[in-house]
Amino acid sequence: MQFFTRTVPLLVTGLAGLVMILSAFFPYTSDWGKVAGQFFNILAAFAFVLGGGSLLKIHLKKVSDQAAGWGYSAVVLVCFLATLFVGLFKIGAYPSPEAPNMMFSGETQGTGSAFWWAYEYVFKPLTATMFSMLAFYVASAAFRAFRAKNFEAILLLGTAFIILLGRTAAIVITDWIPNDGPFGDLRLENLSVYVMQVFNTAGTRAIIIGIALGIASTSLKIMLGIDRSFLGSGD
Amino acid sequence: MLNWLSNLDRRWIFLAMGLCVAVPILVIGLTGYTFPEKPTPLAEAFFDAVDTAGEEKGRRGNVLLAFDFDPASAGELSPMAISLVHQCAERGHRMYFIALWPVGPQLITESIDKVIKRHYPDLVYGEDYVNLGFRAGNEQVIKVMGIDLTSEFRTDVEGSALAQIPMMDGITTLEDFDLIAEISAGYPGSKEWVLYAATQYNIPLVSGMTGVQAPLNYPYYPKQLKGLLGAIKGAAEYESLVNDWVLKNQLNKTLVAGGMDESTADGVAADLASAPSQVSTWTTSADAASLSPEVKAQLVDIATTPIPGEFLEGQRRMGPQLFAHLLMVFLIILGNIIFFAQKRRGGAA
Repeated sequence: MQFFTRTVPLLVTGLAGLVMILSAFFPYTSDWGKVAGQFFNILAAFAFVLGGGSLLKIHLKKVSDQAAGWGYSAVVLVCFLATLFVGLFKIGAYPSPEAPNMMFSGETQGTGSAFWWAYEYVFKPLTATMFSMLAFYVASAAFRAFRAKNFEAILLLGTAFIILLGRTAAIVITDWIPNDGPFGDLRLENLSVYVMQVFNTAGTRAIIIGIALGIASTSLKIMLGIDRSFLGSGD
Repeated sequence: MLNWLSNLDRRWIFLAMGLCVAVPILVIGLTGYTFPEKPTPLAEAFFDAVDTAGEEKGRRGNVLLAFDFDPASAGELSPMAISLVHQCAERGHRMYFIALWPVGPQLITESIDKVIKRHYPDLVYGEDYVNLGFRAGNEQVIKVMGIDLTSEFRTDVEGSALAQIPMMDGITTLEDFDLIAEISAGYPGSKEWVLYAATQYNIPLVSGMTGVQAPLNYPYYPKQLKGLLGAIKGAAEYESLVNDWVLKNQLNKTLVAGGMDESTADGVAADLASAPSQVSTWTTSADAASLSPEVKAQLVDIATTPIPGEFLEGQRRMGPQLFAHLLMVFLIILGNIIFFAQKRRGGAA
């Protein structure tokens, strides 16, 4: 059975990787890349089903074991199943004007449907609330953790001030400096752009090149079957 | 006092942040006041890239609009998405909407409803804009679109076959677009569009993104990214550029329709758009003598009509952001004063 659980996946991985590399460099093979890409996209769509199954499995187990926080798992399950139900059966969706007599001809996400309602009045405010709460925690962290303990920390603080003020209060603080004059570059908004385009870009480029080299070497290891951790065997 | 500050309950900080955000929102909501914006070269480059899309080929621009974000980041990104659609609609580009994020289609619908259906009702679905919806597969979707778009998108979001959509005629790969305009909140997003579309096929790409992403994308400007909007500040700058340009465009059209020659009208419209409150006075001057009373009334009407709220969201949101940032700076300074005071006290002891 090892042939199906290890050899076949390794071959598929190596072959798919090779096809993608060839299709990027040789125009004649671009159609191969398209087919491999379509395979991937179909698999990605199946991953939603797999993800749903995995979510059910984990949270059902938590509820049945009455593990710590099982109540939250119950909420997840109820919300997941309710959203799935109203989406699949187009609950409350108005039939399409082109086929008014057909029950499921309406848009799942059309205005007035239960799915639309859940998105508009549950999902949207909840996710926005979660994201906006960051402002409160960042403010608290700024007060407690941002200390000018050494030279590097002072540099970081100075940069933070330039960016924080340059992105908002520049027009109030340094508007008196003529933009075309010899000191125009000292206006906060110009300093902020300078920091982002020079210091930040230099640092980020180094990181990006490092990541790219890492990705290339890791991909090669996976394609050649040296790194088999994606098979879940712990090799 | 020092002890009280050093052990300050974080709920006081939360309260201060809440007030710094809530009070400006209320004041701006009541007064309609927004802070003036001076666009940076990045926002101007974004605007110019959208403005000139299709010019090289002498046709209406085919603009692919990828909305790769969700409601969590909509506070930051929706204003730039709205302004982008606003500019494309006013410029007369063909708009092809897609999303690589599952909830992207809802945000596309929201932008279409707010801009096209409300302010450009003459635009026809399928001829001027089309919503191709969401596709799963992240960067692979971009890769396949680069080779054969029709194999990835067989129908639009309403289920109509692409062959039945007039504006899809001649669109088979990414290379058939004059510009890709992308709004990104993470993965897949601007980086993937840079790697698999802009670089590989040499297609002009502009991107608006969250503040967290912007530093990571600066290295791609100006070669792979022709324009970059970072966070709500970028959105506010771009929004003010688009609003000024739309006003100038509308004044220009009215002047030309009123009999003024195009080159003169362009200069006059630019002057009037920079000072809309002076339009009424200008219409009584000798420069406007050749215009009919109806045209003059139209000009005053265009200049005095308030800008709709949806086109001011970016600039309005800069208010809460300004005070939140000032609070952060104050807290950092206060925290350091406490730190050094305690250090000195500890040292003396």
